[in-house]
Amino acid sequence: MGFNITSEITEGVAKLTLAGSLDSSSASMMQAEIQKVAAQSPTALVLYVSQLEFMSSAGLRMLIFAKQKLGTTVQIYIVQPQGQIVDTLQMTGIIHSVHIVDNYPA
Amino acid sequence: MAEYDLRIDYYPTHEYQDIKFRRGHVLPFGATMVPNGVNFSVYSSASTSCSLVLFERGEDEPFAEIPFPEEFRIGNVYCMIVFDLDFERLEYGYRMDGPYDPANGYRFDKTKILSDPYAKAIGGRDTWMAPPNWDDIYPFRSRLVFEDFDWEDDRPLQIPIEDLIIYEMHVRSFTMHPSSRAKYKGTFAGIREKIPYLKELGVNCVELMPIYEFDEWEHSKLHPDTGEQLVNYWGYSTLNFFSPKAGYAASGKFGMQVDELKTLIKHLHEHDIEVFLDVVFNHTAEGDHRGPTISFKGIDNKTYYMLTPEGYYFNFSGTGNTLNCNNPVVRNMVLDCLRYWAAEYHIDGFRFDLAAILGRAPDGSPLNNPPLLESLAFDPVLANCKLIAEAWDAGGLYQVGNFPAYGRWAEWNGKYRDHLRKYLKGEPGLVGDLAQAIQGSPWLYPTRGTTAGVNFITCHDGFTLYDLFAYNQKHNDANGENGNDGGNDNESWNCGCEGETDNAAVNALRQRQVKNALTLLLVSQGVPMICMGDEMGRTQQGNNNTYCHDNELNWLNWDLIEKNAGLFAYAKHMIAFRKAHPALRNRDHFTYTDPKQTGYADITFHGVKPFECDYSAGSRVFAWMLNGNYAKNGTTTDDYIYIATNMYYEGINLQLPTLPQGRSWYVSANTGIIDGNCCFATGVEPLVTNIEQFTLGPHSVIVLLGR
Repeated sequence: MGFNITSEITEGVAKLTLAGSLDSSSASMMQAEIQKVAAQSPTALVLYVSQLEFMSSAGLRMLIFAKQKLGTTVQIYIVQPQGQIVDTLQMTGIIHSVHIVDNYPA
Repeated sequence: MAEYDLRIDYYPTHEYQDIKFRRGHVLPFGATMVPNGVNFSVYSSASTSCSLVLFERGEDEPFAEIPFPEEFRIGNVYCMIVFDLDFERLEYGYRMDGPYDPANGYRFDKTKILSDPYAKAIGGRDTWMAPPNWDDIYPFRSRLVFEDFDWEDDRPLQIPIEDLIIYEMHVRSFTMHPSSRAKYKGTFAGIREKIPYLKELGVNCVELMPIYEFDEWEHSKLHPDTGEQLVNYWGYSTLNFFSPKAGYAASGKFGMQVDELKTLIKHLHEHDIEVFLDVVFNHTAEGDHRGPTISFKGIDNKTYYMLTPEGYYFNFSGTGNTLNCNNPVVRNMVLDCLRYWAAEYHIDGFRFDLAAILGRAPDGSPLNNPPLLESLAFDPVLANCKLIAEAWDAGGLYQVGNFPAYGRWAEWNGKYRDHLRKYLKGEPGLVGDLAQAIQGSPWLYPTRGTTAGVNFITCHDGFTLYDLFAYNQKHNDANGENGNDGGNDNESWNCGCEGETDNAAVNALRQRQVKNALTLLLVSQGVPMICMGDEMGRTQQGNNNTYCHDNELNWLNWDLIEKNAGLFAYAKHMIAFRKAHPALRNRDHFTYTDPKQTGYADITFHGVKPFECDYSAGSRVFAWMLNGNYAKNGTTTDDYIYIATNMYYEGINLQLPTLPQGRSWYVSANTGIIDGNCCFATGVEPLVTNIEQFTLGPHSVIVLLGR
């Protein structure tokens, strides 16, 4: 299972689309994209993850990294996560640091 | 990090089978991430050589085994930085060669791959009771963890110890029962789901039974009669002191137990609940000479264990071996470990299992000035952590009252437990002991104050509070040990019928006795500890040693809240009462004087008549009054509080002390009220209209407020 990520910034909102498996081998790709969009000081980070099938602890680390890189005032939205991803976020408590939504903007 | 920022010592100098490495740093011990690599450092004094063994996660065979060059050994420490490793997928261990000479304490075995004593996570038991691969050449695999958890502004709460109400609990038992309705049953995440319950109950500290990685399959067996699987359920048998148990994490199968536990602690702190760990430094899971070689035994047996002159293992723990805690290397490991938990997990306090062992010399003799206990007491990182000793061991060293405290250590007050149990069941001649117990045991701790003692009537060892009043004898058949396990000195009383009964009078008496016990526990000076489920009448069906049961004997049945609603309401009331009244939470002992000239000393003792306490051999009545002007040793004010106990089988008439003008007695709790409420919220307490004759029922306790 591979990993693919694309990013764009629209009206100050950073939008990343993730697909495949986010693990230790692919986390560096996401880190690079976060660093890229962070340089433009976005007001929000939106992760489209409906095609993301697995997130390991390295993937979780990227959410923590994004929060720390962008600052606590920048909200992170996770759009249409699969059940297993939601479970992982819940179990580790990271779900309290992000917003799970069906659409962005809602 | 920019390339030009890399230190020169983070470039490889050696290569072995395409793996690049260089000489490492001796400290810290363990595996530490450095730029582009991992620093491995391990102590071994008597080995002749060592190899670092590297696995891809879950693979049967290692992908590399790198011998430490002789020049990478500095003193008794092997150290090496290995580059370009996948932190998340890596599992590592050590292979040590050296003499196999048990008579002289050496047990090196180069066929074994050994866990790192300083590993921060262990693989192999990622999912609770998942069948292990018994043929695994390396069953308990050291792993790396990330230290980037976002604690935000969290820090240990530093609630004064005299204000704590400790709730001892088992991670899996708390939510494993279907009635918990938790989504993540039996896990750290499950406890987080139940934080609202802990808030409703009112406790402000949870003490988690062992959460260091252990092997639930250790000594597992089938019950000889029933065929039931018996396991190492409680976990008092550590595999690794730095690693949280993966099987206690819903996310353990993803290797995220560290994040899940830290999240739990952070959320408990957000709700003003401290977290204590029950830590087991007295022995390890490697057993005696017949036990497995997992880590310490193969790395440096003679350093880590207390050995007899013949090379066998001293067994002061009752489990096969004894950690050599006052060896300087082991002492440092214990210190490093506790510092790690305090700093990286924000742990608020530690309860040390069989802590008397920590005061023994390598030859087993008790030390006058045990260096480990002294080091812990004065350690700068642990300065704000509470340290609590179980001040005895299985080798007969009993130190309740004289544990080397260094002004810091508290103790589980086993004498409080024993005296309370005897008094509650109506044994005569206990009034003097009860008077000591409710004051914070001043004879036991004359210079250490009330907070030297953690008061408890029940804990994981022994009967539950309900069973204490439902069984005269232990009923341990389910343990498969022919009744030879578990204590026989339970000081219990079945209230007239052994076990479950339809007899309404017996059941009513049991409920009353449980309330009596909770009342005395929560109005005593000292630090109260409640055992999980006692607030709702949990039963273990008379089993007083449920160490091996992963079933309803241990799992908390949440339906008991509804079944024993009156008891649960009463427990909440008494917890709230303690929190509302600082007069119950002194730090120093009473002075029996009245320097403020209020007309009453800080504490006064009574019997059926005021100021006439009956200490005679046959007495079963005892009352005391706290003067609210001396709350918190006179630093604040409170109501007057009067508590009376009657453990006769008949009711008695009490004459109450006269209060200062303008004050009256109100009933906050009366366990003798059979029908209806026996506790009353603040502001609606019934007024006592006749202080000359207050009827206190048989086996009952009252709590009155004078305001």
